[in-house]
Amino acid sequence: MARRTINVDVLARVEGEGALRLVIQDGTLRNAELRIFEPPRFFEAFLRGRSCMEVPDITARICGICPVAYQMSSVHAMEDALGIAITPEIRALRRLLYCGEWIESHVLHMYMLHAPDFLGYDGAVEMAKDHPDVVRDGLALKKAGNEILNLLGGREIHPINVRVGGFYRVPTRHELRGLREALLRGRDASLDTVKLVAGFAFPDMERDYEFVSVSHPGEYPFNEGHVVSNRGLDIPPQQYDAHFEEFHVKRSNALHSRHLGHGAYLTGPLARYSLNSARLSPLALEAARTAGLGATCNNPFRSIVIRAVEVVYAFDEALRIIDAYQPPERPFVEAPMRAGVGCAATEAPRGMLYHRYRLDADGSVLEAKIVPPTSQNQPSIEDDLRAFAPHWLDLPDDRLSHLCEQAIRNHDPCISCATHFLKLDVVRG
Amino acid sequence: MKRTPGRDKAAPVVAGRAGCPVILCLGNPHCGDDGAGRLVARLLRDRLPSSVRIEQHAGTALALVERLHGADAVLLVDAALTGAAPGTIHVFDCVAEDIPAARPGASSHGLGVAEAIALARVLGTLPRVCRLYAIEGETFAPGAALSPAVRTAAEGLAARLARELVHTVPPSATSYGPHGF
Repeated sequence: MARRTINVDVLARVEGEGALRLVIQDGTLRNAELRIFEPPRFFEAFLRGRSCMEVPDITARICGICPVAYQMSSVHAMEDALGIAITPEIRALRRLLYCGEWIESHVLHMYMLHAPDFLGYDGAVEMAKDHPDVVRDGLALKKAGNEILNLLGGREIHPINVRVGGFYRVPTRHELRGLREALLRGRDASLDTVKLVAGFAFPDMERDYEFVSVSHPGEYPFNEGHVVSNRGLDIPPQQYDAHFEEFHVKRSNALHSRHLGHGAYLTGPLARYSLNSARLSPLALEAARTAGLGATCNNPFRSIVIRAVEVVYAFDEALRIIDAYQPPERPFVEAPMRAGVGCAATEAPRGMLYHRYRLDADGSVLEAKIVPPTSQNQPSIEDDLRAFAPHWLDLPDDRLSHLCEQAIRNHDPCISCATHFLKLDVVRG
Repeated sequence: MKRTPGRDKAAPVVAGRAGCPVILCLGNPHCGDDGAGRLVARLLRDRLPSSVRIEQHAGTALALVERLHGADAVLLVDAALTGAAPGTIHVFDCVAEDIPAARPGASSHGLGVAEAIALARVLGTLPRVCRLYAIEGETFAPGAALSPAVRTAAEGLAARLARELVHTVPPSATSYGPHGF
C-alpha cells in the first residue's frame, strides 16, 4: 500500500506553537487533529494572591496582538466582583480603545497573514513585490489603530492606562480630536479594503456552526452584553460556566471548550457578524451588502470580508465616539474592595474572551479563569478540516497542505502570544 | 533563505555622507542572550554625540517597518542564533543583502526582524544606510542571565560603535523622541 507522509515544518502566519496532523487511508480522510504543544503559561495560577488592581496590567501581557481584549475582560470582571458601575464616558472610551485594537489586529491578519493565501503568495514580503500598494495601504490602516492605542492606552502594545473603575488618565477633547483626520482617512481606506477582499476567490464551502458571541441590543458588541448563540442561548456572562465546559485532550496543551449539550461552537468574526450584523453602523452595513454578505455568513473563507467590514465599523464607531466625547469628571470610579465573584465576556478580534475571578475581602485574587477565543475554537477548527479536507484529497500534497493551512488561518488562531510555529503533518496510506 | 552571515566586517559604521544615525536596539531583556541589544543600548548611553539617537525597540515587526521609514541611517543591534560560537558578531548591510531568517515563521505571526527588513526593502522604505549587528547568543531561556561570551561581545560592539560614531557624525544635538534616551 502506497504511503506518503508530508511534513510542512513551518506553517507561517499563525500565532503559536502547534501541529496539524491529517491521516489519509485508502483515499479517505481518517482523522484531522490540531495539536498544540506550546507549554502552558499558568496565568490563571500566578494571578492568585495578586491584587485585583494589578490584574488588568498582568492579563494584558497574555497577548501582544490583542492585549486590550485581555484588559477589557479582566477589568469588567473585577468591576462585576466589586459591584461598581463605570460612567457612560468611561464606557465610551473603552469602546474606543477596543476600536483601536480591532483595527490593528484585523488589518495585520487581513493584509499580512490572510491576503497572501488568496493572492497566491507565501507571505507578505513576496506579496509586496507584486502588490506594494496593497501592503502600504495595510500599514497605513494599522497605524491609525496604533494611534488610538498610543493615546488611550499609553503605548501601542500592552497598554498601561486601563484601571479598575476607568482609566488612570483620560484624554482631553482636543487630544481625541487630534486623531480625527487619521481616522477619517482610515475609514475611507477601509472601504477600499472591503472592495479588495470581496474580490478574492473563495472556496464554496459552508458549515452549520453554532455561533456564539457577545450581543447587546443597542450596539455591535465589544465590552458588554449577553452571551448568545444561533441555537437559542441567551445568558448573562455570569451564567457562562453553567453552559460551557473546558476539557483537556491529550493532543493539546490548550483546553478545548464545548457548549454543554451541544458540542463544538465557533466564536469570532463569523459568529459576531451572523448574530449582530443588524447592529453595524449604516456605513459598515452598506459595505457588507456591497461585498455580497447576507445577514449571516457560514463560509469561514469569507471571514476576511467580515474582518474588513468590522474595520469599517471600528473606524466609524471611533469617529462617533470622538465627536460625542465629553471628558468624565474623574478618570475612574473608586473601587472599594470586597469579597465576591465577577465575570465578563468581551469580543477580542478573534472571538469571545471570558474571564471569571473570585476575590477575597481585601481584593486579592483567590481564583481566576480565562477562556481565550482560540481555545474555544479548537474543536470547530478541527471540524472544518474534517469537513473540507475530503474535498481536496485528490489535489497534490502541496495544494492540499496549503488549503488546510488556509482553513486554519480563516480563524486567525492565536495559539500563544510568544514566538512559535505550527507544523503540518499529512500522512497518506 | 540560506547563507553564511557576514562576520564582524571591518567596514566603517557609517559612511561619511550619512546623516545622524539612529541605533535601534532590539530584543527581550528577560530572555537571556536576547537582551544583548538592550545591553548595547545601555553601554552606549552617554558615550555618543547627542546627535545620535539610541532607541530600544520592543514593538512588532510591522512597527519596525514603520520606524525604519523616513530614517536616513539606522544601525540595528539584535541577538541571533545561527549555530556560530556564542559572542560572534554578524554584520549585515541590510540595503545590499538579505537577512537570513533563523527559522521561517519563528516570530509573532511569522513576522520577525528579517521579514521586517525584507518588507521595508520591497516597499522602498529602507534607510539609505541600514546595518544589522547580530550577536550570536547561547541561551534564550526566560529569566536567564546574559552568557559571559555575549556580555563580552556586547561590550566590544558598544565600544566599537562609540569609537566609530564619534568620528563619523556631527556632534550637534537633535531632538530626542519619546523612545530615545
